[in-house]
Amino acid sequence: MTSNVEIRNLSISFGEGPAAVKVLPGVNFSVEAGECFGLVGESGSGKSTVLRCISMLTDFWQGQISIGGRNVRDIPRLERCRLLQMVFQDPYGSLHPRQSVRTTLSEPLKIHGLDDHEGRMRRVIRDVGLTADFIDRFPHQMSGGQRQRIAIARALILEPSLLLLDEPTSALDVSVQAEILNLLVRLREERGLTYLMVTHDLAVVDHMCDRFAVMLRGEVTEVLPRAAIQGNHATHPYARELIGASLEYEGAL
Amino acid sequence: MTVKDTDMPRQASQLPSSLLVLRNILTFLMRSPTSAFGLIVLGLLIVIAAFAPLIATHDPYAQDLANTLKAPGNGHYFGTDELGRDIFSRLVWGSRISLTIIFLVSIVVGPIGMIVGTTAGYMGGRLDTIMMRITDIFLSFPSLILSLAFVAALGPSLNNAIIAIALTAWPPIARLARAEAMTFRKADYIAAARLQGASDMRIIFKSIMPMCLPSVLIRLTLNMATVILTAAGLGFLGLGAQPPMPEWGAMIATGRRYMIDSWWLVTFPGLAILTVSLAFNLLGDGLRDALDPKQMNRR
Repeated sequence: MTSNVEIRNLSISFGEGPAAVKVLPGVNFSVEAGECFGLVGESGSGKSTVLRCISMLTDFWQGQISIGGRNVRDIPRLERCRLLQMVFQDPYGSLHPRQSVRTTLSEPLKIHGLDDHEGRMRRVIRDVGLTADFIDRFPHQMSGGQRQRIAIARALILEPSLLLLDEPTSALDVSVQAEILNLLVRLREERGLTYLMVTHDLAVVDHMCDRFAVMLRGEVTEVLPRAAIQGNHATHPYARELIGASLEYEGAL
Repeated sequence: MTVKDTDMPRQASQLPSSLLVLRNILTFLMRSPTSAFGLIVLGLLIVIAAFAPLIATHDPYAQDLANTLKAPGNGHYFGTDELGRDIFSRLVWGSRISLTIIFLVSIVVGPIGMIVGTTAGYMGGRLDTIMMRITDIFLSFPSLILSLAFVAALGPSLNNAIIAIALTAWPPIARLARAEAMTFRKADYIAAARLQGASDMRIIFKSIMPMCLPSVLIRLTLNMATVILTAAGLGFLGLGAQPPMPEWGAMIATGRRYMIDSWWLVTFPGLAILTVSLAFNLLGDGLRDALDPKQMNRR
């Protein structure tokens, strides 16, 4: 299954009439199948909004988003769910506090009428690096990193080909961040996933992404390959500044 | 497979987790004297209602005109009423009526309030506005007056009193459930459920309702005290349970005429109503502490 993402003139505004705020004035970029594409930029630059538009969590946008050559709006809901999934920023807020891991993981299987619940759950739990006895735990019985692994397992259990990652490590400890990133790298290699990853950490981009786009106030200023980070080969002044600041920060450490 | 071996005993100990939670809540309630009082009174009420024929010393309907308005004593623990019926036995049988009212009202009001509230809170928009305006209309009447109007329209009887009370008791619960649902609808785990293809109904029932359940349960328990009082009030006004039935409110109403000379006619039913509604209030307060999410996390 190919799952390249094409975004053309994506625009969205919140509110109505003169009070409306245009968050995305017109975003264009494309992600190739099997690629890891990063979206970086400062807070409020519309990175997460792009993900919510692609996943149809927010559906009142204009423009065109297509996955694998098909318009997202034309893909039936259940099929779309098996095509793309999302991992959220905060593992403390993205797992239902009253549902055990078993419920969390078996719900999507029930919705999609898939068989072999037990086997699928065990396999996905092992894939994210946990043991099968986590199946009967509740979120409050797990650490942040374990929760995020369960959140990743939940995203993977429907075997999507496109994973939207909304700052999947920024709510975690530094040591746990590395574990989760390595897990994501491994899963991509094993399953041939396409990643679209929002982050504001250029070190994460450097570690994982093939290409990345720098966003500023809802617009993509520049799309750069990973190699552009080291020598700061950005041409747009804002992208140069951002990469420069990041390199300086890392040099200081 | 080694993994299978290690997690089997764990599953066995995890299976009755709902029972475990119930036991934890009960232990928590028993630890504070006020909620323990509520729990014990409620337990007593259920036992009395269940074994009413064994506990009652007389037939609650048997009249003994030679033995009217007798003070407590002589085999009549709480005395006799104007027709010579044993008040203690009538109170014991009356507990069945009170429990029936509470039970029926709660199982009607809880789900209705929950469904209206969570649907309005989760869906938002026009549906929310319409549902909440209807709720507002119901809320703007004092519940006893509205029940009076319903009973007047439907005719006085115990069943109609139950319907009338149920119709007036759901709006506060819907309000509460809506407020709770609105705080959860934007949560990431709801977004995740939507991304997995869950329908709105599935999200409301499986994700939103479990989150609203504790506060609704607390509210429902506190509501039970009001339900008892309203039922007694309707009975007192002659619009609820009808005369021969040993309903506590109706007993006070008939005893009112003899109140000056025979204090026991109104005192004991009054004490029964007071104790039970107090017990529900205290239990509701205790539940509020027991079901607090922060407390839950510790278990």
